[in-house]
Amino acid sequence: MNELVRRSAAEIAREVGAKRLSASEVTEAVLARVDEVDDRVGSYLTRLHELARRSAQRVDERVAAGEKLPLAGVPVAIKDNMCLTGTRTTAGSKILENWIAPYTATAVQRILDAGGIPIGKANLDEFAMGSSCENSALGVTRNPYDLARVPGGSSGGPAAAVGGFEAAIGLGSDTGGSIREPGAFCNIVGFKPTYGRVSRYGLIAFASSLDQIGPLTRTVEDAALAYDAMAGHDPMDSTSIDRPVEPAAAGLRTDLKGLKIGVVKEFVTEKLGPEIDALYRRAYSELTDLGAEIVEVSLPSADYGLATYYLIAPAECSSNLARFDGVRYGLRVEGDDVGQMYEKTRSAGFGAEVKRRILIGTYALSSGYYDAYYVKAQKARTMFAQDFRKAFERCDLIAAPATSGPPFEFNAKSDPYSMYMMDYYTIPMSLAGLPALSVPCGYAGKPQLPMGLQLCAPLFEEAKLLAAAHAYEQATHYASQLAVAL
Amino acid sequence: MIAPTKYEAVIGIECHVELTTRSKMFCGCANEFGGEPNTKVCPVCLALPGALPVANKAAIEHMIRAGLAFGAEIPAFSKFDRKNYFYPDMPKDYQISQYDMPLTLGGSVRYWLDDGTIKECRLTRIHLEEDTGKSMHAGGDGRIAGSAYSLIDFNRAGVPLMECVSEPDLRSAQEAVGYLEALKRTFVLLGVSDVKMEEGSLRCDANVSIRPVGSTALGTKTEIKNMNSFRSVLRAIDSEIARQTEILESGGRIVQETRGWDESQGVTHSMRSKEEAHDYRYFPDPDLVPIEIDAALIENLRKTIPPLPAQRFERYLSEYKLDPKQATQLIDNVPLAQYFDEAVAASGNAQQSTNFVLGDLSRLANETGVAVQASPVTPAQLAELIELVEAKTINSKIAKELLERMWAGEGSPKAMVEKDGLAQTSDAGEIGRFVAAVLAENPKAVADYKSGKTNILGFLTGQVMKASRGKANPALVNELLRKELD
Repeated sequence: MNELVRRSAAEIAREVGAKRLSASEVTEAVLARVDEVDDRVGSYLTRLHELARRSAQRVDERVAAGEKLPLAGVPVAIKDNMCLTGTRTTAGSKILENWIAPYTATAVQRILDAGGIPIGKANLDEFAMGSSCENSALGVTRNPYDLARVPGGSSGGPAAAVGGFEAAIGLGSDTGGSIREPGAFCNIVGFKPTYGRVSRYGLIAFASSLDQIGPLTRTVEDAALAYDAMAGHDPMDSTSIDRPVEPAAAGLRTDLKGLKIGVVKEFVTEKLGPEIDALYRRAYSELTDLGAEIVEVSLPSADYGLATYYLIAPAECSSNLARFDGVRYGLRVEGDDVGQMYEKTRSAGFGAEVKRRILIGTYALSSGYYDAYYVKAQKARTMFAQDFRKAFERCDLIAAPATSGPPFEFNAKSDPYSMYMMDYYTIPMSLAGLPALSVPCGYAGKPQLPMGLQLCAPLFEEAKLLAAAHAYEQATHYASQLAVAL
Repeated sequence: MIAPTKYEAVIGIECHVELTTRSKMFCGCANEFGGEPNTKVCPVCLALPGALPVANKAAIEHMIRAGLAFGAEIPAFSKFDRKNYFYPDMPKDYQISQYDMPLTLGGSVRYWLDDGTIKECRLTRIHLEEDTGKSMHAGGDGRIAGSAYSLIDFNRAGVPLMECVSEPDLRSAQEAVGYLEALKRTFVLLGVSDVKMEEGSLRCDANVSIRPVGSTALGTKTEIKNMNSFRSVLRAIDSEIARQTEILESGGRIVQETRGWDESQGVTHSMRSKEEAHDYRYFPDPDLVPIEIDAALIENLRKTIPPLPAQRFERYLSEYKLDPKQATQLIDNVPLAQYFDEAVAASGNAQQSTNFVLGDLSRLANETGVAVQASPVTPAQLAELIELVEAKTINSKIAKELLERMWAGEGSPKAMVEKDGLAQTSDAGEIGRFVAAVLAENPKAVADYKSGKTNILGFLTGQVMKASRGKANPALVNELLRKELD
């Protein structure tokens, strides 16, 4: 493996910026890596070799012209639910299998403007619905640490690309844990900023009130760099927050002195088995070693997370996905009349999980059930925000498991409910719109596979969150202790 | 046989009016009628994957002004909801509309009937929503059934629409039309819509029921859909009242249903029954943040509301003693009415102002294609002319001539009268000389008169006027002629 592909985004940007390395050299190395391993890993649905080379050339020109680019030459894997002009953008669905986006998502554009190089469009669970990346209609992505196992979902493609050294930054989207969970499975950092911090314009919607773009990276510093490039108000997204962004990359620290870190009483790890329980206990004590004080906090609503999420997210998706009707773009299956055309198109175009959620959501919003399901779920969601507000009166950050176990084998979770349970620890933060990340914290299972520690901060405290995660990462270095399978 | 007068109608109107804004409701595309199909579209109004709406501030301000004009309540908090149903013209397969928290609540519309009676109809609400595109069915007779294919023009998709919902306060088709005319006049006056019916910028549905006179209970209603001219509204409601009356008289029962209006047959026909009604699954649009309305904004907008048409109508009838038809004629041309008001203010003479504005000035406007208010004749000059007429300085014939010269840009009538010596003369000696000359030149006419053909007097008067170049006081001419002849 060319050592260039192992470099972090920060190193690459620094070297390219100092003209000790060219964006084109890095890009060639990464493209070669993709050609070498991606037939086995399957991170990418679409490889963008030509575009990557052109972009690298352009970045080298910009650097030569004296431009300071915070992500100069950094190879980026873009989850394929984000639009990029002129490229196939599928959302992992047959219904958009051949759709070419005529415009670029704001977050993607900001990464490219900062000097990022688009390497490819990465695989995902169809319309970002899933926790293993097994729900993609267009390809299989494997965990780079064990090809027999899933990379996690729904951002499995970008997570596997970054974990397997096929990119330095992955752009993922997190609705109920879809960045943090594959981040943990692929032994990398998965960071979901505050809801509204990064524009959703150009992100194919799953559940609008929860969807959030964020970076998947091999280091916390890289996550901070990517975040700094993407975050900030976008007039094209009315839910994007118009409020100054505190730069995160500049404020990273190496200790946790003076920080109170809350551990959630209801997130009992004992029921996850002795090995995982011990792993998270060790992680919490590592936080104390760095100077943090651990306090117990309570999220009384914790057990309602899944039920709340699986009403709100499907309700929104049932409406968001209505536009895929065969009239204007994407797949069309002809019928005798327009109604039949809709039916045939959507029957053929959507996979089982997407259909399941559309049905749940349609039901939850239908007259007669709206108050019992949707309204109640919205009320529960308010409870989560209140619970967290209360908890943060007692602590600066919250630490929790990222997943309930290490990466599993394909088809291991055949019933939807056991799959939904994967997101038990990530969903509460999503419902409350909080910034949260997952950082490698050791290994579990046989063979030993990656696990992630989740850290979560109050709204808009991304800088504090990343600073603390950086301290933990620098003290532990779990990511580098396990070799990828290829 | 029961007399038809036994029943009274109860009518409520839902009326859609397109707002005049530069851009569409949720994107920056031009809000203009016409153009090549699908040229005024973007990712947002075509609902491309990932596109997001951003609300148009100008449209919201138009709504608030419309609400204020009708004395509606403007709640401090409003939101957009999604109305979900599949329709090929509608790009997202849901319409962004407002459900339980519209921008305006209540208020009432004062309107008048042809006989000058002023009436009032309460409003339930006015809410804001977006328009759909337009289908054209090709290869058949223009209907969807039998057409080979359909084409859709999305230029209108996303144009802001306000929906005005009235209370069932209207009692006849004439009242319904009076109410709609008042809406139209007010919207044009406020500049919130140009209400071009021929461009479909006003469309309405009517809920019609009948009940025995004196009853307060409501009968079963039917909804007549999609009428787009006042004439259709009048005919459709009358025909529906007749249909319902006939059913009740023959002992039948009215079925609650949606009915379409067939313009060519002059009848309404059943479209769908209540049982087939849609479940729109309204829920708050998670892509749009709630609208918070500042009290200061409301106060600023309140200052921009001019006196309303009904106020002006009442004033014209009570103060100026105009007849309802003249008043309506003026009010239907707002700039002309403003011109008229200025002329009355300057001349203090409403009757003469009405005569000139609706008479000679409107005629000149028609002949030249220049609007009265855009002509060189200022209200002040018109007042001067009226003063000359009233003071009997000039007679009506000279006034007419002067007005034509003023229209041509010759300026002040007083100056012209002085310069050209056009002042009417009442000098008996001077007129006597003209009379003597005319009688001497027309012995035959004199003989005719004396033999009893007294109507020849008109001819002789004309000759004297001509001889005086129009300046002679016609009454005096008449008097002197009689004196000489009798």
